[in-house]
Amino acid sequence: MDISLQNVEYRYQVNTPFERLAIKNVSIDIPAGTFLAIIGHTGSGKSTVLQHLNALLKPTDGQVVIGERLITSQKKQKNLKEIRQRVGIVFQFPEHQLFEETVEKDICFGPMNFGVSEEEAKKRARAAIRQVGLPEEILHKSPFDLSGGQMRRVAIAGVLAMEPDVIVLDEPTAGLDPRGRKEIMDMFYSLHGTRGLSTVLVTHSMEDASRYSDQIVIMHNGEVYRKGTPKEIFSSPEGLLKLGLDVPEVVRFQLKMENSLNIRFSKTCLTMDELTDEIAAAMKRGAPK
Amino acid sequence: MNEPLVELKNVSFKYDAETGFALHNVSFNILKGEWLAIVGHNGSGKSTLAKLLNGLHFPLEGSITVGGIPLTEETVWETRKKIGMVFQNPDNQFVGTTVQDDVAFGLENHGIERNDMVQRVAQSLEKVKMAQFLNQEPHHLSGGQKQRVAIAGVIALRPNIIILDESTSMLDPRGREEVLETVRELKQDYHMTVISITHDLEEAAKADRILVMNRGQLYREGTPEEIFQMDEELVKLGLDIPFPVKLSKILREKGLPLSRHYLSEEELVEELWTSHSKM
Ligand SMILES: Nc1ncnc2c1ncn2[C@@H]1O[C@H](COP(=O)(O)OP(=O)(O)OP(=O)(O)O)[C@@H](O)[C@H]1O
Ligand SMILES: Nc1ncnc2c1ncn2[C@@H]1O[C@H](COP(=O)(O)OP(=O)(O)OP(=O)(O)O)[C@@H](O)[C@H]1O
Ligand SMILES: [Mg+2]
Ligand SMILES: [Mg+2]
Repeated sequence: MDISLQNVEYRYQVNTPFERLAIKNVSIDIPAGTFLAIIGHTGSGKSTVLQHLNALLKPTDGQVVIGERLITSQKKQKNLKEIRQRVGIVFQFPEHQLFEETVEKDICFGPMNFGVSEEEAKKRARAAIRQVGLPEEILHKSPFDLSGGQMRRVAIAGVLAMEPDVIVLDEPTAGLDPRGRKEIMDMFYSLHGTRGLSTVLVTHSMEDASRYSDQIVIMHNGEVYRKGTPKEIFSSPEGLLKLGLDVPEVVRFQLKMENSLNIRFSKTCLTMDELTDEIAAAMKRGAPK
Repeated sequence: MNEPLVELKNVSFKYDAETGFALHNVSFNILKGEWLAIVGHNGSGKSTLAKLLNGLHFPLEGSITVGGIPLTEETVWETRKKIGMVFQNPDNQFVGTTVQDDVAFGLENHGIERNDMVQRVAQSLEKVKMAQFLNQEPHHLSGGQKQRVAIAGVIALRPNIIILDESTSMLDPRGREEVLETVRELKQDYHMTVISITHDLEEAAKADRILVMNRGQLYREGTPEEIFQMDEELVKLGLDIPFPVKLSKILREKGLPLSRHYLSEEELVEELWTSHSKM
């Protein structure tokens, strides 16, 4: 399912003294099958953009096209159920999406709400809980009696069990332990490939943005600052650093080494393999005489 | 710095009688003035430990003393004045209806005199770069902004001990570094002790000491050098090997003559620089 944001503006609490312009002029195309990463500072508008992808927020100006549906500020929206079923969002704070008495009921809620039988929903819950690296016993606990990282995993399992076409992830790895971070991102990436999903990832990890995405959007002060492939975005790190953003650790190390040894590598390295090959080659060449 | 400020002796805890131990026989000291990082897999007991230190729960077995005073239901209010805690989810922490009221509330509770209070509110929000949001409702902030306000609320109190429970997990890397630098400065200025629960191994590498939790037990304690020598064992514990160590390892495998595995990128670049200029 294609999604497209066209000149979207969003103001929170319109017509109150607290009105705040959060995003403006945002145009982003997400054709089916894209893996898009959105990066940017605290408060730059990333979560606000995400909530337009399943019509949780309606633009105060501009329009959003989700599959066949057109969402504008004027239009009254009826029956958003199909959109909610096809676009699954994992929110920034997992607490905001957990509410049932048990983890199992919580995960089953989405699928059953969309017409899946209880038996099938439970089957999906068991599969999903394993996918996020939790033991099945946890299905019978209350979602509020879990550690922060366990809650995050349950929130992710809930979205997986809905089997959406588009998975939207708002900093899904915050609060996960380092191994879990890698396992869960690898799991999303493999789902993305095997099920032909679209994936939209908001992240502060430049490593993840560079490793998994086809396209990167940089948000800055509520606007799209730049778009490009990871190669395009990270090949000119100066711009990012000027914005106060970071670059992936391999790029950062390359810059440090180039500056300190006063040498230039043949390209911008985005993986550990590329970086270590370049370093080994540079060391073999030795210092210019 | 070798004076124990907090002592845990054989502490065990269960959330309810039927389930297993969330903490099992945990003993360690926290030294005055140190920066202690606590790491460990999800569900290993880190936040439970923090809640016990703050007297939100009490040990089932064993004891905790803070500044020589046993932590019990009678002493908990006194102890809480010395300990400022930033919770894993900032939403659980906000009480004020505006950002500035929220920070002021804690100070009021601590009986800080009005002029001083006004100044501390302004200063701490300035330090975390939230001075432009004084009158916004805390719940209506972005994720990272919430975390900044929660941190401001605690640094304004200048407690003897600050406990940060993944309080910078939603900040961008630069923002995270800035906020931690602010905490480091305050620690210096007010002789504070910092306990930082974190999944960010680069941050942990900068601590004085690291505790590794595993399944409710203290698995190991040591300096960052000692801990990160554990290598692949870290991955088994749900952790990972920090980037500079990983890089040093691969470079050594490729035959580069590195003398050891480096914990910081700067040291590694320096060694590469030295051997490069000798070639
Ligand atoms: N419910 C709300 N009411 C009013 N303003 C809001 C609300 N939610 C967010 N904002 C404001 O809108 C702006 C954009 O917020 P958003 O949550 O989209 O940022 P973000 O890029 O996701 O940041 P972070 O990385 O910190 O999560 C911020 O300045 C924020 O204070
Ligand atoms: N309120 C609660 N009621 C019952 N059990 C709980 C509660 N909070 C945590 N637990 C359980 O206690 C254990 C330790 O949880 P704790 O929150 O201390 O972990 P943690 O190390 O902080 O993990 P994380 O990195 O995910 O935040 C976990 O198995 C968790 O499920
Ligand atoms: Mg956000
Ligand atoms: Mg925790």
